Formats: sequence, C-alpha cells, structure tokens
Amino acid sequence: MALLELRGIGKIYQSGDTEFAALHDVDLDIERGEFVAVTGSSGSGKSTLMNILGCLDTPSRGTFKIDGRDVSQLSRIELASIRNEFIGFIFQSFNLLARTSAVENVELPLIYAGVSGAERRRRALEALERVGLAHRAQHQPSQLSGGQQQRVAIARALVTRPPLILADEPTGNLDSVTSVEIMKFLAELRSSGITVVFVTHEHDIAAFAARELALRDGAIIRDERRAGVSK
Amino acid sequence: MIPVTETFRMALRALRRNTLRSILTALGIIIGVAAVVAMVSIGEGAKGRIRSQIEGAGTNVILVFSGSSNSGGMRGGMGSQPTITWDDVRAMQSELTAVRAVAPLTRMMTQAISETQTWTTTVYGTTADYFVIRNWDIAAGSGLSASDVAGATKNVVIGRTVADKLFGVGVDPLGQVIRIRNAPYTVIGVLAKKGQGGMGDDQDDAIFVPVSAFQARIQGGLGQFVRGPVYVSAMTSEAIEPARAQIASLLRERHRLAADAEDDFSTTTMAEMTGIFTSAMSTLTNLLAAIALVSLVVGGIGVMNIMLVSVTERTREIGIRMAVGAQPGDILRQFLIESLTLAAIGGAIGVLLGLGIANLVAAAFGWSMLARTDIILMALGVSAGVGVIFGLYPALKASRLDPIAALRYE
Repeated sequence: MALLELRGIGKIYQSGDTEFAALHDVDLDIERGEFVAVTGSSGSGKSTLMNILGCLDTPSRGTFKIDGRDVSQLSRIELASIRNEFIGFIFQSFNLLARTSAVENVELPLIYAGVSGAERRRRALEALERVGLAHRAQHQPSQLSGGQQQRVAIARALVTRPPLILADEPTGNLDSVTSVEIMKFLAELRSSGITVVFVTHEHDIAAFAARELALRDGAIIRDERRAGVSK
Repeated sequence: MIPVTETFRMALRALRRNTLRSILTALGIIIGVAAVVAMVSIGEGAKGRIRSQIEGAGTNVILVFSGSSNSGGMRGGMGSQPTITWDDVRAMQSELTAVRAVAPLTRMMTQAISETQTWTTTVYGTTADYFVIRNWDIAAGSGLSASDVAGATKNVVIGRTVADKLFGVGVDPLGQVIRIRNAPYTVIGVLAKKGQGGMGDDQDDAIFVPVSAFQARIQGGLGQFVRGPVYVSAMTSEAIEPARAQIASLLRERHRLAADAEDDFSTTTMAEMTGIFTSAMSTLTNLLAAIALVSLVVGGIGVMNIMLVSVTERTREIGIRMAVGAQPGDILRQFLIESLTLAAIGGAIGVLLGLGIANLVAAAFGWSMLARTDIILMALGVSAGVGVIFGLYPALKASRLDPIAALRYE
C-alpha cells in the first residue's frame, strides 16, 4: 500500500461567480521512502497539491489517503491531528518562532502531541543532535545562520518521527553550498524510510530527487523516476 | 487537547517576550482594580471609624428629645418645643427597670474667660450620671457630684482642649477660675481626652457645669422643661429596646397623650445613628466603586485592543503552530489564557496598589483603612472575567485563521 494515494483529486477555487480549477483529476501514488521533487511554474497547481498533501487544505473532489486512511473530508480538528502525527513541514523562510530557543522550536510539535516536559526536551535535543545542532540548542533563530535555521526546522519536522516530510522550496533562501548540504541531508532520510516531497523550481535542486513530478495547469504532465542524488 | 499548565507556561512566555507592552496593557486593569480596592477600603475604614466614634459616645445609650420626630415632616423640629420636664427625668430614673442612668444635657455656645485667655467653647449643663453614661473618666481632680447639682454650685469640669486653651499646655487648671457670663466658676476636674466625635467635632472642647447652675445662671430662668436631649443608658445592650419602650410609655402616660396622639418626644439609639451614617457612607462608597468599575471595563477594552494587535502580529506564529498540529481549540485557549493571565496579573498588582493607596490616604486622614476580602476577591474575579470576555473575540479570530494564509502572512 502506498503511503500517499490520490485518486481523481480536483481543487476548485471560487471567487464570486468565477470558478478556477487549480487541480483537476490528479492520480498519484507515493511509496514509503520515496524522495520526490514537484516542479512547475507558478500557477501550475504545485502549491495547491502540496497544501492537500500537507492536510492544510481539503480537495474539492476525489479521495486522498495517507497510510490507507481517507483524509479528504476530515474536519479542521481532525486534520490538525493528522498533520501532527504524519507530517513534518519545512518552509522556504524556515518559519521558526522568533525569540524562542532552537530546542523550544523543535519541541513545538511535541507540545501538541501531548508529550510531557522532560520527555519532550529529550526528544527535541535528540532531533537537534541528528541535524548536528545540539551545541546550538539554546540559541535563538536570530543568532543562527540561514543553513542552521533550516536545520532547526528539519529537526522540528523530524521530532515527531513522521512518515512524511513536506518541504516547500527548502533551499529558496539559502546559498548554493548550504543548499547542497540541506538537500543531501534530506536525501539521506530515505534510508530511515521517511518519504520526502519537496517543491522547487531549480533544476539542480530537483536533480537530487529520485522522482520528479512536473505540473502544468493543474495536472501532472511528467512523472519520471531516475537514479537521484549523485553520491 | 494540551494540558492547561502547558498553555499557562506558553502565555507567560509570550507576555514576557513583550514585557513593556504587557505592563502598559495591564495598566488599565491595574488602575481600575486599584481604584475599586482603594475606594472600598478607604470607605470601609471611614465607616468603621464613624461607627467606633458614635459607639464611643457611650454604652447602651438612648437619646430622648423633646418634640415629635416627624412633626410637620421635619426631623429638625426635635427639641425645638420642649416637652420633657425635670419630673419626667426623675421619673425615668426612678421608675424604669431597664434604665440604669439618666442625665439631661443642655448646652450653649459662649465665651469662657481665664485670667489670661478668652476662648469660645460650648458650656454644658448636666449631672454626674452623664459621665457614667458616656464612660468618660476624670483625668485629674474630681467630677461633678450630686451635691454640686443639688446646690447649683459654681464648680466646673473641663475638657482637655479647654484646659490647654485657657490655661496653657502643661499648666494645672485645678482650682483655677473661669468666668462664664460674668460669673466665676472653679475648675474641680479635668476630663480624660475623648478625641473627635461622630460629627468630627472636638469633644474635649467643652465645659460642664451642674445642670442646676446652668439653668439658673447661664440659660436663665428655672423652667420646668429640659432644654436639650436626655441621655439614658440601658442596663444591658439587650435592654436597649425594652428601655426605649418603657421610656415611651412612661412619657406618654405622664404627658397624658391620647391613644391615637403622636409622641411629643422622640428617642434614638446609638445603633440607629450609626446605621444612618454608615448607610450614607456605604452609598457613597458604592457609587465611587461603581465609577472605578467602569475604568476596569475601559482597561478590558485596552486588553482586547492589544490582543487583537497581538493576533495580527503573530499570524505567522499561529500558522506555524497550526501546521505542526495545533487544533483551533489549542490556539483559542492559548490566546484566551494569555489575556486572562495578563488581566489577572494586572488585577493582583491592582489589589496591592489599591491597598497601598488606601493605607496612605487613610493614614493622611488619621484613621486606618479596612480591607474587605470579598471586594478584593470580587475585583480579582472581575479582572479575570474582563480578561476572558475581552480576550474571547481576539482568541476566536486567531483560532479561525486559515493555516495556509497564516503561513504566508508577511
């Protein structure tokens, strides 16, 4: 069974009398441990697809199953639980809480998972360790470089041990050396069975992925698998 | 749902992150609560003082006045038409079982002259029982005796203020002569200091002469009526009302009033006078407290304003929290508890500030404030309530944000 299973997914936005189909009839399976790039120009529907994959939005049509569970018609409350349990997010602009230490940022998803104080701190430090930032645990985002901030964000995404990581332009705000570092780190997550789906518009970044989905006008126009990250 | 303690910790952290803003926001609540607490504490202190002063007038005291209490609808008519006779006073003393002592008190404002000073004061005519009724001790010398009253002697007992004004502080006034209306009186005693009376008057600014001498030489004419109130003390505090009833039936009988006729005298107890003053004071206190409560509401609006700003400012934070799994309810509680904490802390500071202000003001007026626990708890409760009520809309607004839009918010 695929981790992510989309059947006939469509998304229609309504503004006044006019309807706009951001996605139509998308069928897609993503297996465990896949490393997938989503590409396409702006307006191609890739953001809409990511929002649906991330359970931040629900499709207008079709069914979407995560780990066999149909989440296409869930309420906001249920979606929040699904996000907490199944998905880790990484953003272009890092989206760390300002004036809050790295370790506290990493703890955030655990708070909503109901993990209590000491256990939470232990797991957050463990996640920071994994991204090589244990020594920066008490630093605030403003005291960290862009690459370090993104690694804190990755630690935050990993801390709940979700099967799926969604990254929206994870290297968009980083220089090329740091970008390669981050992408290599994400590629390595495959070995622990984590599925990573990321959006990018840069070819060399997309090249890290073992599978590339190209979107145009709300449909997948290309789905190709390849060797992926060059060792 | 995440534990409330966790939410409280988040709220405190968020408030600390913007310490100055939090303090300024809480200031409205602080001032409101401080005003309520200070008003009530000062008012209660004043009430307590008035009560103790009136009660300090004597134990189990009943005042009997000539004239009806409501003749022509005017209380001011009391005593203006004398109806109580000296025989009535004697009868009250000898015939009534619930009465311990009876003393008339006539008075006149006049000049008193010593060898060196002149002082305008109040001269009272009374009997030895008056000092018993009022629990008023002699500090030096002796008090008026029965023989002074019987013989209308020119002996006087003076208050501490009169002693100081006429003879100077530290000078022994015993045996000295005071001229009142051209007649010389000998000081035989000085009264213990009594302090302010219920109306804020100086009770030690007084000269007491035998009532017979007062009638004969100061007021003029030995009338059959008592021109002033009659002080009566009941045997015990439980005997106050029975004594009052006995006085009324005795006077009605002696004045030969028909069954349907109104009383031509009136009685009042210290408890009644205390009641009148304290209820007037309570009205004033409540009014001021109500005004202060309005400022508390204004403080609440301040909280709402800042919470709205805070929600807008932290839109992205809300988006992040939602993305990592916060449910709308978690966000709602977070902001609600934040405004509740802000208002409650403001309330607590306000209580302390209010008590401090009350202490200072009361000290300045020379009495002590009286903190009322129920009012303090109410002020804390109201400020917490204000936090919840005025925090509800901003919190709802935060919880209803769309996570996608919130994450993209610049």
